Amino acid sequence: MGFELTQEYILGHMNYWLFSVLMMTGLYIVVAKGNLVKKIVGLNIFQTSVFMLYISTGKITGGTAPIFPLDMEVDPNVIYSNPLPHVLILTAIVVGISTTALGLALIVRIQEEFNTIEEDEILEIERAIVLAENAIHGDSMGGRA
Amino acid sequence: MLILTAIAVVRMHSLFAVAMLSGVFSLLSALLFVTLDAVDVAFTEAAVGAGISTVLVLGTLALTSRFEKPTKRSPIIPLFVVFVTGAALIYGTLDMPNFGSPDAPAQTHVGPDYLERSVEEIDIPNVVTAILASYRGYDTLGETAVVFTAGIGVLLLISGFSRRRRRDDDDDEESEET
Repeated sequence: MGFELTQEYILGHMNYWLFSVLMMTGLYIVVAKGNLVKKIVGLNIFQTSVFMLYISTGKITGGTAPIFPLDMEVDPNVIYSNPLPHVLILTAIVVGISTTALGLALIVRIQEEFNTIEEDEILEIERAIVLAENAIHGDSMGGRA
Repeated sequence: MLILTAIAVVRMHSLFAVAMLSGVFSLLSALLFVTLDAVDVAFTEAAVGAGISTVLVLGTLALTSRFEKPTKRSPIIPLFVVFVTGAALIYGTLDMPNFGSPDAPAQTHVGPDYLERSVEEIDIPNVVTAILASYRGYDTLGETAVVFTAGIGVLLLISGFSRRRRRDDDDDEESEET
């Protein structure tokens, strides 16, 4: 491995590690929690930490926001941070909110259909439905399904 | 701060508080974006993440339930999955360039190119706007297409198109039975 665990190295990578921790918190909410609204919130946390990871790669030490002076006379000594990650993340934020909106609309429909938004209860109801349908099909075929 | 908020979201059972905390989370991340020089991203995140998505979540809560029921499943398998994934991610960052280093690969390819050329080619002070609307205009077009599709999806789901159709079907069945 071509790296040493110096203080500079640790500080320079702390941002990636913190964002990874945040990302994993979001993933934990999505995987472990049964409530659908909470899953969506977890997904948002996951998503925002990905955004932070991207934006942090665009930062240059001593740099400033990539906006020129109004008279467009750019001082070559001023360091500007990389604008490309910002653009990509702007797009991603808007796409993220539209997926969130779609997910929440699905949750509202699930609530209307099953009268619950807990994953465990939905699975139980679906199991009951499948059993009932199997029983009906089994009867019509003259035996057990 | 961000991590504390996220952990509070994990522990909280009142969904109302979860919605508010996700707004707080978005606002804190907007502050972080400002310190990382991404002011455009910061105000988009503050408006969209802390504003619109909180409103959407609250609207969903008004139509569904306020509280989360405790789950019966054990958290061991999800924790295992999360730790393995996190370890893999951190292993992947080990040979990344240091934070803020000016000679990182991300800083040496097209980024400075945009900064130099947008002065004469686009002549807009805000480079992010110049790239968003001009160099990567197709991305933005695709983005609007996604938003449009999502809008149609939400409208179809909420407006009860399928519900009405099912009710019609029920009526048909009833009339056949009688």
